[in-house]
Amino acid sequence: MTRCRKFSAACELPFLSPVPSRTVAAETSAPIRMKKAAIMKRLLSTFALAGAMGLCAFGAQAATKLEQVKSKGFVQCGVSQGLPGFSNPNDKGEWSGLDVEFCRAVAAAIFGDATKVKFTPLSAKDRFTALQSGDIDILSRNTTWTITRDTSLGLNFTGVTYYDGQGFMIRKDKKVNSALELSGASVCTQTGTTTEQNLADYFRANNMTYEVIAFATNDEVVKAYDAGRCDVLTTDRSGLAGERLKLTNPDDHVVLPEIISKEPLGPVVAHGDDQWFDIVKWVLFAQLNAEELGVNSKNVDDQLKNATNPEIKRLLGTEGKYGEGMGIGNDWGYLIIKNVGNYAEMYDRTVGPDTPLKLSRGLNALWNKGGIQYAPPIR
Amino acid sequence: MTDLAGPAGGHEKTTFINDPKVRSIGLQLVALIVVIFLGWSFAENARDNLAAQKIATGFGFLDNTAGFGINQTLIPYSETSTYGRAFIVGLLNTILVAVVGIFIATIIGFLVGIGRLSKNFMVRTISTVYVEVLRNLPPLFQILFWYLAVLSAMPGPRNSISVFGEIFISNRGIIIPRPLFGEGAGIVVWAIGLAILGVILFRHWAASRQEETGRRLPVLWVSLCVLIGLPLAAMIATGFPISFEVPELKGFNFVGGVRVIPEFVALTLALATYTAAFIAENVRAGIQSVSHGQTEAAHSLGLRHGQTLRLVVIPQAMRVIIPPLTSQYLNLTKNSSLAVGIGYPDLVAVFAGTSLNQTGQAIEIIAITMGVYLLLSIITAIIMNAYNKRVALVER
Repeated sequence: MTRCRKFSAACELPFLSPVPSRTVAAETSAPIRMKKAAIMKRLLSTFALAGAMGLCAFGAQAATKLEQVKSKGFVQCGVSQGLPGFSNPNDKGEWSGLDVEFCRAVAAAIFGDATKVKFTPLSAKDRFTALQSGDIDILSRNTTWTITRDTSLGLNFTGVTYYDGQGFMIRKDKKVNSALELSGASVCTQTGTTTEQNLADYFRANNMTYEVIAFATNDEVVKAYDAGRCDVLTTDRSGLAGERLKLTNPDDHVVLPEIISKEPLGPVVAHGDDQWFDIVKWVLFAQLNAEELGVNSKNVDDQLKNATNPEIKRLLGTEGKYGEGMGIGNDWGYLIIKNVGNYAEMYDRTVGPDTPLKLSRGLNALWNKGGIQYAPPIR
Repeated sequence: MTDLAGPAGGHEKTTFINDPKVRSIGLQLVALIVVIFLGWSFAENARDNLAAQKIATGFGFLDNTAGFGINQTLIPYSETSTYGRAFIVGLLNTILVAVVGIFIATIIGFLVGIGRLSKNFMVRTISTVYVEVLRNLPPLFQILFWYLAVLSAMPGPRNSISVFGEIFISNRGIIIPRPLFGEGAGIVVWAIGLAILGVILFRHWAASRQEETGRRLPVLWVSLCVLIGLPLAAMIATGFPISFEVPELKGFNFVGGVRVIPEFVALTLALATYTAAFIAENVRAGIQSVSHGQTEAAHSLGLRHGQTLRLVVIPQAMRVIIPPLTSQYLNLTKNSSLAVGIGYPDLVAVFAGTSLNQTGQAIEIIAITMGVYLLLSIITAIIMNAYNKRVALVER
């Protein structure tokens, strides 16, 4: 049986061509249509996965991911269906947020143009299937790095864009000050996330009872919590900061101090293409190194001409040929910083203290500033 | 002599390859082999590629610990149960919605369907409006309406609506007292069973007696007396062993009692009322298919209107109603997968949702889920087809 060469068209799954971001942004106001679309999409992507796995042999004969991305002219990036600060359509209908900016940085490194990205909004449960089937090139969707996901789903986590932990939000008038007082509570959460399991573990470990109501999308969770179906809403603390803004009266709600889990959130790529894995991994490292070296989108042109520090020169590509090893231009570092900015800029624009989410850097500060964000050197 | 046999002549001399029977069987065999080969190579390729990408495969995951909670379980389930157990919990929740939904939809459907043909203007108009509104709105929208619109109007558990201080209605669901069975409760349960059996036998006997003698017995009154009297006597004799655990507000929620979660209520009501609109149209079509002469004949025999409908029209209409009714039952069962929209823990939400995400074994899980819906639908179809055979017109 002829394998992939004959079916290479099927491998790229043209019938699943991604929805342009603008259409999708417009649809977020119509939750019903979106739900149907989401259910269809899940089925489609499962079939696509079965089809892709059944029809083509991955590997040698197929074009590399980078070649595919270059020939179609954009990066297909899987994001959430709307989580403020991470991936959410803004008032102009454009995608914005930390996860979105990261995809723009990858596009900048490859094309020198941060706009060459198309976004696919995915529910928590559809996200891995979309990546496995090749429907998207990168999954940048506040996804927790766990051993199951890294080792048995055919995926690779490329790094951590945000160190997070799971927390609880509750109405102030319930007068609860600690998560340990939550025994007997009804808890709303999103299905297909690590939070469901953390929740079960935490209540079990502390001998408390609870009722879980799991919804398919974030919006449903927030609506049900707002309607009083449950006492507590649980998700990653960064997510709680975002979800709180969607409530009728955000000030009536409080986030409890306990952090019950480790949630390192980061971009994910599919197994089988190490070059693509390297590119996505080093885009984040370049942004972190740039912050450490004091290079940002405003001074980058000046640094390109005048920098004497060899580390900066290597980052911006004026010394050494570090892009070559990844199959992209040697000015890749410059393009990322020029078009998107360093990690601090990205953070401050989307989730930082000056945004509605008001999240301080905390664990996400650089290693030499009290946090744990640390990138290997460019050399 | 036939032309088909060709120039060689007689039928006996037809070459083997030209024999139409051999040809058709041969071609079908070839087609079958091609299909089997395609299916096999598809499965083979899928397995190789999944292995090459190191994606876990196989059904071993069903024995692993699920580690997540479910808020409506008809069988004992905890976070330490396996994915296989979670699958059964989800399946039972789906069947529960389907069975209760079909029951309610059939009752409403028949009432509305008959109502559409009523001579009473009010009844007719209400029935028509019901059908036209409900069948023309998407079911997911109706489910969301029942869930979000009705739920937000409900008070919280601390201010719940109390019915006689025994039943509590709030946005956490409907909480009813749970029956507690003490010593001797078994006798009462037996008495109830005996009473039901007795009533059935009595009705049977009364009917055959009426056939023979034409005399009618007061079936209703006797049945009621037996149904109430026998269990009551048993209760008195055993000293009232059945008591009720009244739910009590403790902390965040009610403790004790049986709780019907709002997701279940919303989903079942929405699906039942939606499907009932279609069933009503089937019933109307069935009744209209019975010629008016039958009604006139029944009237001239002296049957009243209700009797005509019950004894003459409906039995004949059933053979037209049953086949499309089966389709509606199947639709309701399949539409129950919309539960995922409101967080009801059905098969799709629990198994093709949480379990799929935690194990990542999409192909296996989706295949199992599709197989289960297929099986459920086929079972429903078999039962309905058997019933259809019984009510089908028997030619004499």
